[in-house]
Amino acid sequence: MSAVSLIRAGAPQGARPFERHLLGPEAWSRLPQALAADPSLALLALWAEPGMVHAAFLDEAAGAPLLASVPAEGGRYAALSPARPGAIRFERMIRDLWGLVAEGAVDLRPWLDHGRWPVMGPMSASPAPMPGAEPPQPAFLPAEGEGIHQIPVGPIHAGVIEPGHFRFHIQGEVVVRLEARLGYKHKGTLSLMLGKSPRAAAAFAARLSGDSTVAHGWAFAAAAEAALGLAVPPRAVALRALMAELERIHNHLNDWGFVCNDAAFAFPHARCGLLREGVLRACQAAFGHRLMMDRVLPGGVATDLAPDGAAAILAALAAVEAEVPALMRIYESHASLQDRVVGTGFLDPAHAQAFAAGGFVGRASGRRFDARFMPGYAPYDLLAPPVAVEAGGDVDARVRVRVAELRNSVMLARRLLAELPEGATMAPLPEGGGEGTALIEGFRGECLAWMRLDDGGLIRGVFLRDPSWLQWPLLEAAIEGNIVADFPLCNKSFNCSYSGVDL
Amino acid sequence: MLWPRLARALLAKPLTDPAVAAPAETVAALAERLAATARARLGRSLAIREVDSGSCNGCELEVNALQNVAYDLERFGLRFVASPKHADVLLVTGPACRNMAEAMERALACTPEPRWVVAAGDCAVDGGVFKASYATHGGVGAVLPVDLLIPGCPPSPAQLLEGLLALLEAEAEPRKK
Repeated sequence: MSAVSLIRAGAPQGARPFERHLLGPEAWSRLPQALAADPSLALLALWAEPGMVHAAFLDEAAGAPLLASVPAEGGRYAALSPARPGAIRFERMIRDLWGLVAEGAVDLRPWLDHGRWPVMGPMSASPAPMPGAEPPQPAFLPAEGEGIHQIPVGPIHAGVIEPGHFRFHIQGEVVVRLEARLGYKHKGTLSLMLGKSPRAAAAFAARLSGDSTVAHGWAFAAAAEAALGLAVPPRAVALRALMAELERIHNHLNDWGFVCNDAAFAFPHARCGLLREGVLRACQAAFGHRLMMDRVLPGGVATDLAPDGAAAILAALAAVEAEVPALMRIYESHASLQDRVVGTGFLDPAHAQAFAAGGFVGRASGRRFDARFMPGYAPYDLLAPPVAVEAGGDVDARVRVRVAELRNSVMLARRLLAELPEGATMAPLPEGGGEGTALIEGFRGECLAWMRLDDGGLIRGVFLRDPSWLQWPLLEAAIEGNIVADFPLCNKSFNCSYSGVDL
Repeated sequence: MLWPRLARALLAKPLTDPAVAAPAETVAALAERLAATARARLGRSLAIREVDSGSCNGCELEVNALQNVAYDLERFGLRFVASPKHADVLLVTGPACRNMAEAMERALACTPEPRWVVAAGDCAVDGGVFKASYATHGGVGAVLPVDLLIPGCPPSPAQLLEGLLALLEAEAEPRKK
């Protein structure tokens, strides 16, 4: 039986708009083998509730997400990591947060739990007190060979970036193995959302990863609206998309500049920084917040476009559009810069496929997946912009995808402004409960939100999955064989979120 | 071509915004905390080590923006350094995550005295929306001795600059009398 039909044979649970099927432990245990035989079913996320494990897949043939669940009898469930490497970190997280063990898992080392919380399994039905011992030393995967040595980096890094530990195994100048150890920023975000109304919990989705505050806020709001069967006013939909495209523009500008800066080429960094500052000031003028945090709420948007907002945005976009071609020519015509980015940090398309990488990381390695078009959502069904795909897989390919998206986003934002519908920007949330899922394309890739509301409209189960979950492991693959000095360049070309995966 | 652009930029007027003023009451409060010897040693320039103790990365975006050409932090004698060993200021963002507490303490131990600890952003001030979590100690003050709070979610570059300039002004205070 194929993996899709195995999942569809499970009892439907009434989740919207993507159905969730409840499988018995026996049927679930056949899933890894079926998945191994069927590479077109991509694993998007794996998470849990007390006594229950959920998985979100993307049926790439049908272009639709598909959810499956299994009760974890005796706290155990069959691991998916033997068939889907992207499941490894989710399984480690599920054990740390919910105390459920994946049987047959590839890796069972702790992930988020560093032994420093007052409790073990903080999201399980009955968290146990943490034994008062010294926090354990982390164990890293080994690398063997002549002259291999280790470089430990972090959690506090040299730049103004988020904390995480990188363990390099080095032979001469060359990275033999990189392993990231994250979880330093674990804030207990999911547990803080439980028992709150979607309106009250939206602040946490907005702060899952600040650079993607609009995308995660939108995904969370769309999941709540799907659960409650609420239609959002057209003006709010258009304003959400406008904010999401502005967020994409300011992040793409930022990272393009930083990639050049990490190759010691400062001019594009300075110019991108100035253009980005213009975009952020336009966001402040239009929506009252530079990053547009807390502007997307379940039911609509918190603030309508300010009267002079459209003019401010158009002026910032014009500046971006005017300068990007010239910056691209400078980027392309300097051999010292091209030498650093071309061929560096090559991500094998096979790896991108195996981990179902989304965003520019996947699209720069030939994976044509953009949640705006698959599964697709309003208003992009009407806008239909082109999808930028590159086959190179290196730092340069990721930059090129982002610069192409930058241009597309400028065009999209203009159209959204020109065709902005009139009317309300917020609809009241109806009473009642339900279960909803949403996929929203942020600048990094697809942001997934899932939630289950009880009949009183309060959150009983929730999961927010940043695209970085599936991209971080690929950074480890892409850096292999590169020199240590190129790590910042490779890292910035991925720019994975730490906070987004540390939860 | 890059060179003509650089040449034009040399002749154009600066892109940098005018300086903001530091709030007088903050300057006075900070000056009181600073011993005369420390004042002499810190002088009119500060090296800043940014430490993220668990932010959502919104604060990092705005701290990074301080270094763009519009704010140009270095014109004030303020600069970011790569190690706490070179720093006069620890600029801490985010709630004090339990998983980061040891790294925060070690960063402080590496920072030579006299030094300032600045908690930037609502999470750093008191834990913000994350203060009730099992995974945080609350604000940065629960782990490190904080001298200056800069609220905001995230604080804008102008607000961050105001706070950092207050540190500089506090060091200059007695000379004005």
